[in-house]
Amino acid sequence: MSHPSSIQRRFPWHILFFLAPGLLIYVTFSVYPLLDTLWLGLFQEDATGQRFFAGISNYQTLLLDAAWSEPFWNALWNNTKFFIIHMLVQNPIGLFLAALLSSPRLRLSNTYRTLIFMPTMLSVVIIGFVWQLLLSPIWGISEGFLYSIGLGQYFDAWLGKESSSLITLALISVWQFVGIPMMLIYAAMLSIPDDLIDASVVDGSNAWQTFWNIKLPLILPTIGMVSILTFVANFNAFELVYAVKGALAGPNFSSDIMGTLFYRTFFGFQLQSGSITMGAAVATLMFLIILVGVMLYLFVVQRRMKRFQL
Amino acid sequence: MISLPGLKHNTGKTLMTHAVLLTYTVIALFPILVIIINAFKSRKAIFKDPLALPTLESFSLEGFEQVLGRADFGLYFGNSMIVTLVSLFFVLLFGAMAAWALTEYKFRGNLFLAVLIAMGIMIPIRLGTVSILNLMASLDLVNTLTALVLVYIAQGLPLAVFILSEFIRQVPKELKEAARCDNVSEYKIFFTIILPLIRPAMATVAVFTMIPIWNDLWFPLILAPGESTQTITLGVQQFIGQYVTDWNAVLSSLTLAIVPVLVLYVIFSRQLIRGLTSGAVK
Repeated sequence: MSHPSSIQRRFPWHILFFLAPGLLIYVTFSVYPLLDTLWLGLFQEDATGQRFFAGISNYQTLLLDAAWSEPFWNALWNNTKFFIIHMLVQNPIGLFLAALLSSPRLRLSNTYRTLIFMPTMLSVVIIGFVWQLLLSPIWGISEGFLYSIGLGQYFDAWLGKESSSLITLALISVWQFVGIPMMLIYAAMLSIPDDLIDASVVDGSNAWQTFWNIKLPLILPTIGMVSILTFVANFNAFELVYAVKGALAGPNFSSDIMGTLFYRTFFGFQLQSGSITMGAAVATLMFLIILVGVMLYLFVVQRRMKRFQL
Repeated sequence: MISLPGLKHNTGKTLMTHAVLLTYTVIALFPILVIIINAFKSRKAIFKDPLALPTLESFSLEGFEQVLGRADFGLYFGNSMIVTLVSLFFVLLFGAMAAWALTEYKFRGNLFLAVLIAMGIMIPIRLGTVSILNLMASLDLVNTLTALVLVYIAQGLPLAVFILSEFIRQVPKELKEAARCDNVSEYKIFFTIILPLIRPAMATVAVFTMIPIWNDLWFPLILAPGESTQTITLGVQQFIGQYVTDWNAVLSSLTLAIVPVLVLYVIFSRQLIRGLTSGAVK
């Protein structure tokens, strides 16, 4: 019949109709700006604002010139600590809560889930201010609380000290986002077939053995996914530090992370004026860091974990 | 005889589980409650006894009066609403259309486009900010809500396409084939058969799309910081930066930002959590 071939020959307008609007916006405002940023990082501007190609000299400045490299390595190291705290505190607590929530025949499980997830819904900016007030020595609400449980002497202006501001900010972020690993891991635990759990119980394992030998291996892919989500979110974080400590990420840059460094480089601060090309270079390095993390996840972590999947 | 200690052990364990979960629930909610409670108290009462509920004596709305007098929160709220809802509408529409095209039709470049869009899930759009600002400046869109809407559509599309594709793949083949045999056009198949079928998935996508847009500070700060285009998140941030020492005003502005979100959350939490958990199983 001639019918199919006539369809083949006609230009598929409908495909264009369905794809074009979304693709156009996505490419114009997401793909192109990203590629353009990578390209811009290779330029410099002279005093008159004239742009010229400069190869990798922005990166040499950023990584080797002490005036630039010190803030850069500081921000990168702080960001790494920020990520490690999330991995060591947020995700284990999320796993623990998910394990409790998925215990069979637990009443009120839905209510707990809904309430614990609540802070995650609020803006990071709002949460930052909330904790700034709660931890403020002027208001003294945390100090009063610590005294009431006998730990008053440990109170300090944590957000204001170089040694503790980053850790405090990371813990605030953990407090806010613990609901995400909890939900994702909880969902993964629900999808484990009951026969597997029953078989393990019949074989005489206790709750802990069942968790360690059956459930945990089966939810490893989810834990891998949670980890990469945490990684991308952390190395892209900005709002919390900006809301609580401002663009200067004080005291003395002790809470500076990649997001705030990028913002300052691009927009400038105090005496230093912002630079489009240098900002693009910082963004490019952030892109590479996130890309390496994602690739590592896709090609190493996820592939290894496949064998556990049902 | 044997089952009795076992039973006791189980009740004890259940109690422990409840105790731990309840403790964590308190940890999660208490900070937010303290802020809201104190927003309704006089300055003196805020400092004297921060944990007390407002009483007839200590009740005061002075913070709210100051906030509403000094900053145009109604405008900020409206801006956030417009940006969020318009972006959401186009993310859902364009996302569903693109997901349909990529899953239903075979054409050259299909895989390339699918991968290109999938990359947007992992690579934050924020990294392109330098060029986005340049682009918006050359399009004369700086300090407009349109700039925010365009960026948020681009930001929301990848995940929308990803989730909706999964659902479109599950639509039975017979349904589409039957329609094609009846000479129904591809457009009509999509808009009258497919779109209604994937409505539950749209709800999930809506939640994932809305929250980051509503809560975003970065793009409003960079693309639309003007007084008339501020979103609620930026407005609160700027307001608090200005009136840091006015505790009543700060607490009230935080409460104004928190309460609408909490109300919406309580209404939609069931849908949201179902979406979150079903998405993860995939």
